[in-house]
Amino acid sequence: MKIEIKDLHFTYPTGLEALQGISLTINSGEQVAIVGQNGAGKTTLVRHFNGLLKPTSGSVMIGDWDTAKYSVAKLASRVGYVFQNPDEQLFSRDVLTEVEFGPKNLGYSKEKIDELVKQALAWTELTDKTETNPYDLSPTWRKMVALASIIAMDTPIVIFDEPTTGQDFANVSRIAHVIAELKKQGKTVITITHDIDFCAENFERVIALSNGKILLDGKAREVLGQEEILAQTYVDPPQLTRLGKLLNLKETVINQEEFLNVIARNVG
Amino acid sequence: MAFVNIQNLTYKYPLTKTPALQNMNLQIEKGEFISIIGANGSGKSTLCYALAGFVPHFFKGEISGEIEVDGAASSKSTLDEWVVNVGLAFQNPFNQISGAKYTVFEEIAFGLENAGVPREQMKSRVEEAMQLTGISNLADRSPYSLSGGQQQRVALTSILVMQPKLLVLDEPTSQMDPIGTREVFSVIHNLTQSGMTVVMVEHKVEWIAHFATRVIALKDGAVLTEGKPSDVLTSDLLIENGFGVSRYTSVAREAKKQGLWKKDKLPVTLFEAAEGFNTK
Ligand SMILES: Nc1ncnc2c1ncn2[C@@H]1O[C@H](COP(=O)(O)OP(=O)(O)OP(=O)(O)O)[C@@H](O)[C@H]1O
Ligand SMILES: Nc1ncnc2c1ncn2[C@@H]1O[C@H](COP(=O)(O)OP(=O)(O)O)[C@@H](O)[C@H]1O
Ligand SMILES: [Mg+2]
Ligand SMILES: [Mg+2]
Repeated sequence: MKIEIKDLHFTYPTGLEALQGISLTINSGEQVAIVGQNGAGKTTLVRHFNGLLKPTSGSVMIGDWDTAKYSVAKLASRVGYVFQNPDEQLFSRDVLTEVEFGPKNLGYSKEKIDELVKQALAWTELTDKTETNPYDLSPTWRKMVALASIIAMDTPIVIFDEPTTGQDFANVSRIAHVIAELKKQGKTVITITHDIDFCAENFERVIALSNGKILLDGKAREVLGQEEILAQTYVDPPQLTRLGKLLNLKETVINQEEFLNVIARNVG
Repeated sequence: MAFVNIQNLTYKYPLTKTPALQNMNLQIEKGEFISIIGANGSGKSTLCYALAGFVPHFFKGEISGEIEVDGAASSKSTLDEWVVNVGLAFQNPFNQISGAKYTVFEEIAFGLENAGVPREQMKSRVEEAMQLTGISNLADRSPYSLSGGQQQRVALTSILVMQPKLLVLDEPTSQMDPIGTREVFSVIHNLTQSGMTVVMVEHKVEWIAHFATRVIALKDGAVLTEGKPSDVLTSDLLIENGFGVSRYTSVAREAKKQGLWKKDKLPVTLFEAAEGFNTK
């Protein structure tokens, strides 16, 4: 399902203009990372995709739906959004109820709900925590519950707002796995992240926002190699990209495999 | 005696079966910048709570052993007495905003106000702290109308402004942009140069390696290993126990297998990596 944004402006009631003219198309099945400095407008932008915020001017189309004309409840069948702060999202007394809530609400059949919930719990490794109250879990596991409850809704578009924040190596790998699985299913995945190495390893396209505008948008390699422009929005290139630059490698490398290939060639 | 002295500390939250901290021993000298690493659930936050007096004074539960900071024992102090010397920035910055104040400036001044610091002095301390964390431009904003990273900076600033002797930070840069993260590390480093002692839970190995004096790796509520960042962060023990390492370390580890990394020691930082890959 295509997302089409035309000249989107958004001003908060406080008078702060958080988005200042964003135009953007995200095609069905794309894996997109959004990066940029604190306060750049990343969260504000993605909250327009599921209708939590409505444009001050301009438009956001989700498939053939104009978000200005659809409620959050309606848009929930097309866009799943995992909040930056899981505490804004979770409200159930146990993990299972929380994860079942979304798919039940969308009116899926009992079999489909069971199937989706089982898979979401397995992917996030929450299967043995179904009876736990989400508030008895640490913030990192609460975020995994929030993630499971959104992927269980089986929406064509899934948005993660800083999913790897504070997560250990095992959970970061689980999240990368979820993203890869959603990609296989042909879903659109949009992820806000400050973890640039994670971004380089898991996304094909990267959008850098700065002060409510798009600073860069393109293939991960093209965007993540532009050290000076990225610095304008407080982003560093990935660690191995920086290393490649310092070693004067001719091409931009963004992950371990590419780096080792180039080094091996230079030696041989 | 060490500035912070943890002896045989074992702690169990109410209604839980296994202790979150198990027979922990730890000595920290004044002015150290300690970085705590560990998997989810390994006890990092619980250790922070113990240092800050919330364990056991707020969370209750069963405790044995002792925590001493600057010669005072936690078991013989009240939480009110303890927080004068120890400041804690919580893991979830969204919960730290007091809810009592209308502007970021007032929010940050809240603690000083409660401590009865005179108005003029308060103003200059708040301004100075906001400058350090790069949020002077947010002074008049509502603490609730901020982005995630901005809220985290406010939470951090409201602890820094109290100038505690021991500063305990539970993942203080988790919501921050990359360059902001590096700046926060650098600010904290500078504070330790002027005598503050810092314990910081972090996952960002590259910056730990640059700034921390010592790394303590936790596993299942106990110290797995500790030492100099360049030793701990490249140790096989970490890999075997599923810790995350820097990309420089993992790429060099792989390169070594292929004969492309010739040094014995693996790198943690950019410059160590560049140096090693250059001399081939
Ligand atoms: N509820 C709100 N009311 C008023 N202004 C807001 C509100 N939420 C965010 N802002 C402001 O809008 C701008 C963009 O915020 P947004 O939350 O979209 O940033 P972000 O890119 O997600 O940042 P971060 O990386 O820190 O999460 C910031 O200047 C922020 O202070
Ligand atoms: N408030 C609490 N009540 C009961 N158990 C808790 C509480 N907080 C943490 N725990 C448990 O204590 C252990 C250590 O948790 P924590 O200190 O939060 O680890 P970390 O910060 O390293 O992720 C875990 O088993 C966790 O489930
Ligand atoms: Mg945000
Ligand atoms: Mg923790």
